[in-house]
Amino acid sequence: MPESSRRTTKGKIRWSKLYNFTCLRPSTADSVVHLEHLGQPGFSRLVLCNEPQLHKTKPHKYPSNYVSTTKYNVVTFLPKSLFEQFRRVANLYFLLAAVLSFTSLAPFSRISLVAPLVFVIGISMLKEAVEDWHRFLQDLNVNSRTVKARVGNGRFAEKTWRELSVGDVIKVHKNEYFPSDLLFLSSSYEDGICYVETMNLDGETNLKVKRCLEATLGMNEDEELSKFKGTVRCEDPNPNLYTFVGNLEFENESYALCPAQVLLRDSKLRNTDYIYGVVIFSGPDTKAVQNSTRSPSKRSRIEKKMDLVIYLLFSFLFLISLVTAISTAFYLKYEMVEWLYLRLQDDDDPFFNPIKPEVSGFRHFTRALILYGYLIPISLYVSIEVVKVLQTMLINKDIEMYDEVTCKSVRARTSNLNEELGQVEIILSDKTGTLTRNEMEFRKCSIAGTSYGGDIKEVDLAASRRMNTCAETYRCSIDESNTSQSFELSEFSEADIMVTEKAILGGREDGENQSTESPEISTVGKESVIKGFNFTDDRLMNNRWMYRSNLFDVIMFFRVMALCHTGIPVEANQTDKLKYEAESPEEVAFLVASQEFAFQFFRRTQSVMVLKELDPSSGKVVEREYKILHLLEFSSSRKRMSVIVRNKDGQIFLFCKGADSIIFDRLAENGKSYQEATALHLSNYAEDGFRTLAFAYRIIETAEYEHWNSIFSQAKTTIGPERDELLDKASELIEKDLILLGAAAVEDKLQKGVPECIDKLAQAGLKIWLLTGDKKETAVNIGFSCSLLQQDMKQFHICLSKEAETKSQVKAMKEDLLYQIENSYQVMCEECNKDSPFAMVVDGKALEVALTDGVKNQFLQLAVNCAFVICCRVSPKQKALITRLVKEYTGKTTLAIGDGANDVGMIQEADIGIGISGMEGMQAVMASDFSLPQFRFLERLLIVHGHWCYKRISKMILYFVYKNIVLGLTLFYYECYTSFCGEVLYDDWYLVLFNVILTSLPVISLGVLEQDVSSEICLQFPSLYKQGPKNIYFAWKRIIGWILNGVVASLIIFLANIYMLSSAAFRQQGEVSDVAHLGGITFTCIIWTVNCQIALVISHFTFIQHLFIWGSILSWYIFLLVYGALPPAYSKKGFHLFMEAIGSAPVYWMITLIVTVVSLLPYFMHIVIQRLFYPLDDHILQEMKYCKKESINNQAWQREQSNSRKSTLIGLSARVDARIQYLKEHLHQRTKSIYRSVTSSPLFQ
Amino acid sequence: MDVDGGGVSAVATGDRTIPIHSGRHEAFYQFTQQKLPACKPVLTPSWVISIFLLMGTIFIPIGLVTLHASQSVVEVVDRYDIECIPEAFKSNKLGYIKDSSIPKNCSRFLKVYKRMKAPIYIYYQLDNYYQNHRRYVKSRNDQQLLHGLKYNDTSSCKPEQTNNGLPIVPCGLIAWSLFNDTYKFIRGASELKVNRKNIAWKSDRDHKFGKHVYPFNFQNGTLIGGGKLDPRIHLSDQEDLIVWMRTAALPSFRKLYGRIEEDLNADDVIVVNLMNNYNTYSFGGKKKLVLSTSSWLGGKNDFLGVAYISVGSSCIFVCFVFILLHMKYPRPYGGHNLFVLEQERHL
Repeated sequence: MPESSRRTTKGKIRWSKLYNFTCLRPSTADSVVHLEHLGQPGFSRLVLCNEPQLHKTKPHKYPSNYVSTTKYNVVTFLPKSLFEQFRRVANLYFLLAAVLSFTSLAPFSRISLVAPLVFVIGISMLKEAVEDWHRFLQDLNVNSRTVKARVGNGRFAEKTWRELSVGDVIKVHKNEYFPSDLLFLSSSYEDGICYVETMNLDGETNLKVKRCLEATLGMNEDEELSKFKGTVRCEDPNPNLYTFVGNLEFENESYALCPAQVLLRDSKLRNTDYIYGVVIFSGPDTKAVQNSTRSPSKRSRIEKKMDLVIYLLFSFLFLISLVTAISTAFYLKYEMVEWLYLRLQDDDDPFFNPIKPEVSGFRHFTRALILYGYLIPISLYVSIEVVKVLQTMLINKDIEMYDEVTCKSVRARTSNLNEELGQVEIILSDKTGTLTRNEMEFRKCSIAGTSYGGDIKEVDLAASRRMNTCAETYRCSIDESNTSQSFELSEFSEADIMVTEKAILGGREDGENQSTESPEISTVGKESVIKGFNFTDDRLMNNRWMYRSNLFDVIMFFRVMALCHTGIPVEANQTDKLKYEAESPEEVAFLVASQEFAFQFFRRTQSVMVLKELDPSSGKVVEREYKILHLLEFSSSRKRMSVIVRNKDGQIFLFCKGADSIIFDRLAENGKSYQEATALHLSNYAEDGFRTLAFAYRIIETAEYEHWNSIFSQAKTTIGPERDELLDKASELIEKDLILLGAAAVEDKLQKGVPECIDKLAQAGLKIWLLTGDKKETAVNIGFSCSLLQQDMKQFHICLSKEAETKSQVKAMKEDLLYQIENSYQVMCEECNKDSPFAMVVDGKALEVALTDGVKNQFLQLAVNCAFVICCRVSPKQKALITRLVKEYTGKTTLAIGDGANDVGMIQEADIGIGISGMEGMQAVMASDFSLPQFRFLERLLIVHGHWCYKRISKMILYFVYKNIVLGLTLFYYECYTSFCGEVLYDDWYLVLFNVILTSLPVISLGVLEQDVSSEICLQFPSLYKQGPKNIYFAWKRIIGWILNGVVASLIIFLANIYMLSSAAFRQQGEVSDVAHLGGITFTCIIWTVNCQIALVISHFTFIQHLFIWGSILSWYIFLLVYGALPPAYSKKGFHLFMEAIGSAPVYWMITLIVTVVSLLPYFMHIVIQRLFYPLDDHILQEMKYCKKESINNQAWQREQSNSRKSTLIGLSARVDARIQYLKEHLHQRTKSIYRSVTSSPLFQ
Repeated sequence: MDVDGGGVSAVATGDRTIPIHSGRHEAFYQFTQQKLPACKPVLTPSWVISIFLLMGTIFIPIGLVTLHASQSVVEVVDRYDIECIPEAFKSNKLGYIKDSSIPKNCSRFLKVYKRMKAPIYIYYQLDNYYQNHRRYVKSRNDQQLLHGLKYNDTSSCKPEQTNNGLPIVPCGLIAWSLFNDTYKFIRGASELKVNRKNIAWKSDRDHKFGKHVYPFNFQNGTLIGGGKLDPRIHLSDQEDLIVWMRTAALPSFRKLYGRIEEDLNADDVIVVNLMNNYNTYSFGGKKKLVLSTSSWLGGKNDFLGVAYISVGSSCIFVCFVFILLHMKYPRPYGGHNLFVLEQERHL
């Protein structure tokens, strides 16, 4: 099959010539100018083609094609990751403490200071290593892709990418990626062109033509390449994608090379069977890799705030250490010196030298810093890391986010940002490949003033569906609200809803073909069978268009579709239906559609297009040839495309398709008959988010054509900057007096579930910005089809006016923009009390100016206040810039999502970068923090996992702070009872185990498994997500509250123990307590308190939580038993502590009970009051879920849901709500008028 | 678009069935999907009220019992450090205590105000005595106490490690400062028998103080801190020392001196003949003699009982407050329309 198809393509055309303008364009002189640099520094690269072995040794040794994205290697891992670890202040502090533990300053044993540090650092480093290992595996995967490379004797064999080296001749097949930067030698096309998709590099979806040198284009067979020997001299590796300077010495001649001959790594070969190329840049030298920047390590907002909390704790620590030091000094000077039992005079104990109390005080200060170090949660970082890794695992495993089509699931590539997912406020999204599939479907058309393919708006459908479900509720609510009119109203409303439904569903302007309604409606939203064609209308299908009244216009309409394009047919295997390939998928959709309407475009030669048409008069299929006279290509400024063809009869036609406004401007007087109807249809289509094109034609007299042809040819051959202008002018001359035929609507197919997802995200209060490289119209269409734009939305279009643009004076442009922005802002201020939202559309050029210093703030102010912002025609760099500015200006968490390499900048710049891993290309994914196979999973990722993780991590940090304060402060209080001498109340081992075993697991279970509400409820009430952006769970109020809670709890624990155990005997046998007993009992209270505290924090108990919480408490007793059973040389004061002394004393247990209860009471009271009187959203949802057991009250549930939706301005449901509102008002008015007519009728009177 | 909402559909989508083979698989699946069966307690008013009520009803009886136990303990405390100084030395306490030629004996009269049942524990109480001082606490050597002279690294005992170049057993400041006041109790004409055995923790006697370790070179220096030890008695029998060596946690502490194993009747007057040897005068420490019975809770300490009663009664109080509040401002269960208010509150 490839063999045969190749032959046909070759024989058929050199269809690159179709690109009339480009072909005749004189080669740019720029590259020649640069050639003189060759050999100079920066341009010194020498590639010996087909002799890769010469590049394995010096002096032309270049790196292999292995590309690595790992952070570390075996050697650098230890120093680098250690350095990373000790960038955290807390870790540095603990390192210092560990070092000091080897001096006499330390209050604890060495092991108790060193062991936790090693443990903590070890775990973090392990995590780093595992993450890097995954990166390595991914690299391995990329590097072991295979490509055909020449191995000699004219044979090509598979080689992995990493084995390629500079100079290799390789063969790349259709739809394969280029493994490195190649010099393009030849392709399967005879004229030596190939099509390249560079989406991964710059995000542009249209195919680009690359052209090889004339000298090499003949070598397009495997054998011929073995003889090929050439030398390339070119620039050194650089990241510039659009320039290339070099020359090829081949057969004693030197040819200049330009970017058209260079195929870049990570772009993809399209529409071309194969190409041959020589590797000129490999691996790290390639432009794609040179362009990739190492992803910056991102830290979540919570973690940054956590640092502040840690600093706060540090200052607290500093303060109490200072208090300790000063007190020691005073005690030493005035009191201790008299305590003869200390015998301070006998030796100079550095800590207790009454002669120099200041020195001793200072020593005590350093010592206290370590002693109270338990205030600083050493294990917080490591616990957070562990928790995040586990959270990541759960995110990755979520089956709801598994895409069956691509067999991929969500991957969290870094675990640092899980909780950041719960705080996102602005989403910056790419369009193509992210929201849309880059597939077009022919959906509707309007021919000769009649719309086909159904004219029901999708919104109406959704509205009627929703009204249907809430008809009951609606009726009830009317019943309740105004009982006086209830009778009439309810009757009317029920009946009228039926009427409206009918009106919506069945209302056709035509009134004919009632029978087609139901199948038509049922097909809405279904996948079409034919790719690119999702159209059903019995009036046109199955050749019934023949019976339409204005047959000529219909035929012409189909001819425009079939002829006005740049596509080529590709033979499909079995059927007589052809497949098409074209520059844009839109054209493919038209070709497919015209084929369905029996206007099959089936052959193209350089100058002729052949259609198989159905002749309505005879009913037979006839072949008709059209000679192509000219092709006036599409450009973003022209916004139209025309072909001039001559048919067999010698008639010359101009077929034109283009943007409606452009076409409407160029209509002849007699060509406007359908304009009004078409315009109406177009606006309907546009509201549904379809991309529309108007079709028109014109019959040209031969004489006029000849005249014009001479003008045009002259323009074409002009060399110089005015050429484009001349060409434009020439085409204006012929593209006039058009006759409008109609319009077609193609749907830029959205990815599955995108509108619903966006709807949920909008309900969750997220703002969405669309940043796309595509043109404005497309972007706006997508805005509509995602329901981000609505008809009643006020749109601000910010773009540079023509004059300002041509003058290209920065100042003028700035003023122009400022004026626009201020105008818009005024409008916004005036209308801000109304609830109609605003949208802003800004294009790349305007953006360039808008993001400069003078205008930036005004622009952002306006943009931030808009519900939806579209930036079109933006470059990758601008995307990144916008992201950064939005992030900086608003200070809100931004999330960037994209799929191509052009989104990399933005993905890296945003607080969270998400790459779509669905289709192809790894750049975005490699740069991202999370990769999703589909956009729609963003909903679950944010609303469920983000929300959960945010709460988990914030609760966890707060609890951590709390528990360490509880422990740390008791140490301090005890100091007050020991004349601040630095004695420790607890055994070293208690302290070591406290963070490692006794309290670590429950908090990890909190961090991993806590759920305020289940995932279903999260998704049903997206507005619950708003808690995250508002940061109510990690607000300073809460942090301080928890710190106070810790202080109070520690006070209660310590004082209660002191008073209960002071002086009198604590056992029946009359024994009094010593320091070991006090320590043991106090510590028991702490363990109980902190573990019960977490039980109060957790609202979701699985057996794991139970096991961990109660297990932790139990493990304390087990530890006491085991420790007490060790010989006293090891257990010291803990020897037989539990068995002999405290365990058998009733006081011990009673103290534990009361102290635990009392120290938890403040928090308990707080949550009780909050829940009963000031509940938060999640509390109410929990209650609703809880009480649902007793009464399934769907109505209440639904009311809450709609309430939660109320504040949403954008998204599908907002649109549907608006529609329902509108319909209801309509109904009401009708009811009134009916009522009035009834009451005023004589019969009634 | 989930328009029909409601819990029913949620449940339906929640139980997405996946072929599950064994229980363990299922549990793992549930874990990874975060759908493990869980109890989700919700604090409803009834829960809150019953929790407080329950706490109240449990704590108050416990408190009463505890308080009763504590009240049943009879405790007689007598501070004697000042009274036991002869009038002549009132202004020069230090001179008195340091002069070994002055007899230190002193008599105190204790009146038993309530019948005391045997065993009656005798404590000495020291106030403002920082036995928990770091320098002091560290100055001992557990190995030496257990193994005696065989263990000769006594660096931890500074500054009381050697004397005249010979090691001290037991070394260190704690042992050196051994409390050495002694008491004799006389009721009427007969002396009350004081049992001074078994006053230390058994684990100390058995495992921490060696049976073959005898005091050596103890209190032979120029500076004498406190009591002397009979070098013929091995350490594990020197219970005074063992009790003393258990350093107290707080600067005011009691230590067991012995037991009187006879009942004392109310209004008995007990004459205590004591030797006021121990120097607390130089740092303003107080010395007290305490006679106390014990209950199942130990000594006299009302704090625990009072705490239980007050917590219990405040729980009951809070419970009633909540009942009233709930009746006055009833919040509909499951929060009607509060969702919206909530949104606005946080805007």
